[in-house]
Amino acid sequence: MPLVYAGVCSHAPGITSRADQADPEVRGAFVEALDGMRSDIEASGAEALVVVAAEHFANFFMDNMPAFAMGMSDHYDGPIEDPDWLQIPKFRAPGDRDLSHRLVTEVMQTVDVAYAEEWLFDHGIAVPLSFLTPRFDLPVVPVNVNCQGPPLTPLHRAWAFGEALRRAVDSVSERIALVGTGGISHWPATPDSGKINEPWDRDFLDRWCRNDRDTLLDYDDAQVYAEAGQGGFEIRTFLTVSAAAAGAEGTVRFYAPIPIFAVGCTVADYQLG
Amino acid sequence: MSLYAVQKFLYQLNRTPDLQDRYRADRSGAVRGFDRADDLTDDEVAALVGPDVGYLFHLGVNGQILMHFAALHGIEWADYLQQMRDGIAAYGPVREGVYAMTGYQGVQAHSAELGHRTGSGGLADASEEGGA
Repeated sequence: MPLVYAGVCSHAPGITSRADQADPEVRGAFVEALDGMRSDIEASGAEALVVVAAEHFANFFMDNMPAFAMGMSDHYDGPIEDPDWLQIPKFRAPGDRDLSHRLVTEVMQTVDVAYAEEWLFDHGIAVPLSFLTPRFDLPVVPVNVNCQGPPLTPLHRAWAFGEALRRAVDSVSERIALVGTGGISHWPATPDSGKINEPWDRDFLDRWCRNDRDTLLDYDDAQVYAEAGQGGFEIRTFLTVSAAAAGAEGTVRFYAPIPIFAVGCTVADYQLG
Repeated sequence: MSLYAVQKFLYQLNRTPDLQDRYRADRSGAVRGFDRADDLTDDEVAALVGPDVGYLFHLGVNGQILMHFAALHGIEWADYLQQMRDGIAAYGPVREGVYAMTGYQGVQAHSAELGHRTGSGGLADASEEGGA
């Protein structure tokens, strides 16, 4: 079954942990956009949600860091963070081991992806799920692209992975929704936390919507670090979704810098044919 | 120094409830029991036991790891950010790791540099928004 939904959204822990410290009007508009994403996913008839996230040392460390990894379990627990800190209670999200097995098998035809039968969700997945599947009633397939521990996954490989993911999704019978999560420019969990390069973000989102491979891959890590912070490395998750959308054009449903959330909060999707 | 060993201890601590319990009961004992404890310097052990968030940031510990460690100690967000700034002021620039790629010169200098590079006043800044 062809991919039925493809979009991206922010996942910063401040979205839930410091929810009451943001401008209520701006936060309200952001949450409304996330609600719209949930409605669109539900309307697509999706039977499973593939979440491409930038994992933050919850499961993978520099003792064995995969460029790409996919979960292959019937359930996943989270959040790894203290629930009182993240403001998300402990949960068990459903997975689908058989579906993951088929997806991983197909992805492996062209990209060397690691798989994991254990996976603890951190804020990279837990925050989006708290809005998109708040009852945790949609099977999830977690995916990680290494955006944290250099050497990072090259951008062109993230693109190839997205193409492989699309081929895999199209090869199974289930209706699959795909969501990439992460920040654009941001300096999370550092003394610069709260800084957001809005012009850089808007330029990136323009490229993302046009979904032109050459302009989306026209970044290098030194440039991204200098202008978009180490959080900018997470554009890999957005690029993966772009590649999976296979030329579809996108729409930004919401973008606004919310410094107390430490990121330019984003909701965007592709109009799949 | 061993940034790898420091971060690995924190990685294990962040994701292992049993180790968190042991650390809460006996910080030094939990650090000494770490399988790479022999790679840690006395200063690194002291920072992990303290805790000294500022020194750990100075060493180059990734903020995504350090953030969880601060939360474990009940350090409020604004205090966590300030402790990192204080660490830079007290111990010097980040020695190693992601944050040492271009050097860290402080919030204001970094803001000015970014504003100059982008030629825009569009940068949202934590210092103007009451911290983040």
